[in-house]
Amino acid sequence: MWMSDLPPFIPFYIAALLVLVTRGWTRNIVLLATPILGGLHLWFGVQPYVPMVATDALVSAKELSFQLTMLGYQLEFMRVDKLSLLFGYLFHIASIIAIIYALHVRDTTQHVAALLYAGSALGAVFAGDLITLFIFWEGLALSSVFLIWARRSERAIRAGIRYLILQVMSGVLLLAGALIHFHQTGSLAFDFIGIESTAGWLILLAFGIKAAFPFLHTWLTDAYPESTPTGTVFLSAFTTKVAVYALARGFPGTELLVYIGAAMTCFPIFYAVIENDLRRVLAYSMINQVGFMVCGIGIGTALALNGAVAHAFNDVIFKGLLFMTMGAVLYRVGNINGSDLGGLYKTMPKTAILCIVGASSISAVPLFSGFVSKSMVMSAMLIEGYDYLWLMLLFASAGVFHHAGIKIPYFAFFHHDSGIRTQEAPNNMLVAMTIAAILCIFIGTQPQYLYALLPWHVEYWPYDITHVLAQLQLLFFSALAFVWLNKKGLYPPELRSVNIEVEWLYRKLLPAMGQTSVNRLQRLNQQIAAYTLTIWQSVKLAFQSSRVSQYHLASSWPTGSMVLWIGVILGGYLLMDVYF
Amino acid sequence: MSNIQKDEKTYLFDNPRNVSRLLLGFYVICGVLFLADFVAHRHTTHPWEGITGFYAFYGFVACVVLVLIAKEMRKVFMRKEDYYDVDE
Repeated sequence: MWMSDLPPFIPFYIAALLVLVTRGWTRNIVLLATPILGGLHLWFGVQPYVPMVATDALVSAKELSFQLTMLGYQLEFMRVDKLSLLFGYLFHIASIIAIIYALHVRDTTQHVAALLYAGSALGAVFAGDLITLFIFWEGLALSSVFLIWARRSERAIRAGIRYLILQVMSGVLLLAGALIHFHQTGSLAFDFIGIESTAGWLILLAFGIKAAFPFLHTWLTDAYPESTPTGTVFLSAFTTKVAVYALARGFPGTELLVYIGAAMTCFPIFYAVIENDLRRVLAYSMINQVGFMVCGIGIGTALALNGAVAHAFNDVIFKGLLFMTMGAVLYRVGNINGSDLGGLYKTMPKTAILCIVGASSISAVPLFSGFVSKSMVMSAMLIEGYDYLWLMLLFASAGVFHHAGIKIPYFAFFHHDSGIRTQEAPNNMLVAMTIAAILCIFIGTQPQYLYALLPWHVEYWPYDITHVLAQLQLLFFSALAFVWLNKKGLYPPELRSVNIEVEWLYRKLLPAMGQTSVNRLQRLNQQIAAYTLTIWQSVKLAFQSSRVSQYHLASSWPTGSMVLWIGVILGGYLLMDVYF
Repeated sequence: MSNIQKDEKTYLFDNPRNVSRLLLGFYVICGVLFLADFVAHRHTTHPWEGITGFYAFYGFVACVVLVLIAKEMRKVFMRKEDYYDVDE
């Protein structure tokens, strides 16, 4: 009954069309059935071709190929191995959760964009060649921007445009890299690329924009918090994780990535501590989490790569959960600024508990999902001898607990009573959040099921006294620091503010420079005009004082007589043309 | 959404005693975790990890340093909420 070679993006694209023409319950059924049936198809109907072995290079596998010829070139839509399958399962789970969460939304734009977006993400991870990857890469950008614009506020529209420019730029770099790669190697297959060639650098830069490398990350912290409460949940699941997949496929073991990843884990946490918009705090913490994955990919051993993709898997679920709880607060209260919230546990107790589960998972508390994947990357880091970078990652681990694990639930649900009395999140949101929370705890307590899905074969078990004790000490003493700083009054209060960072360059400096240039040009224009006028007047004066000006044709004539004379001349030409 | 009513029931953390109980429990756990270093036999991969109280100390110092640096960053980077919305 299953078509084993049906690429998983096709049901999503078809569903997007169906959603356009359906309403109400029919539409909800289409929305829910797509990821559920698609996921079942992937789970039961599709098997990886080559079992992965514990080597650093990926074994390319293409038995189940659904191909299409475009301009004489074969596009490969269905490359199935354990790596693409893992992300395939993940994106189906994320779609199910996010769609349930958004079920109450009555906005065709958002539903269609979400399905196209999820479909593009699936298309990208099963793409077997760089051109197919490019098509879905741009599909991701073009569909997701509508989830930002769907907020329909001035800020969201502007943020969406900035987002789109950077995302499309990433696509252009990918295409340029792919074409140079083809020129050099004669192949467009999407396997290990490396940074030995120009093409490799271009492609790495393209992936780097989507993975939110430092200085290329601004689209994420700029646009994600401006999306709708439900839109951000979709956004958080796909774009960066497709980039992580692409990096794991194209650049495993590239040492540069270890340093980039370590930087990614550290710099956002400082901003996260002083940021007021709690969804922007989560956006910063997302860069931090992707940093751990990028580190793992850079190390490139089987343990590290497994840790990276397992962490991507868990991150989609717990970061989604956190974005969902903050979305529920935004939906009910209409505000997500830490400075205006507090005491919401009184009226939203279920959301508060679910938020704490998400916060525990992202902080890698033992028995929650983050622990079982992050510890793999940390262990690999030590084994490979990156001592000082390991200290950075440990610092970031304490930091993520501080801003995402404590700050998010504390300022939203506890802290001082803001006086806001609202009601619990809608049922569909609660169901979606509960599914995510159960998955967090399930993966955290039964990691063997996730480990069995990981692409590289390696024996690892996170639960021993050394790991658990170390992690608990790190977390509890980080929390102790929070308590101590609060008691001493040293903790920075939440303030209504923005903090300038890299985006300042193009949101303030560049426009200001543009304005200065425009002003200079205007002044120059005025000077030239004044100069021309003086010349013209001196010529006129010279003419009037000369004897030629006495001649009667030199005196000024009305426009009417000029037109008359032109008419006479043209008439003369016509007659000459006719008679001669 | 409505503002606080006067005859509202008191919630869990409205009672300061509950807050201090929670904190007491928390301090006890911190103490136990610290002491566990002396009891538990750990298999460390790196010499730093073997230092007694390494993780506890590092976690505490990391967070204090993080927050204090972030506070200083505010002096340089913080702007009004509508900073990007208005032209100066």
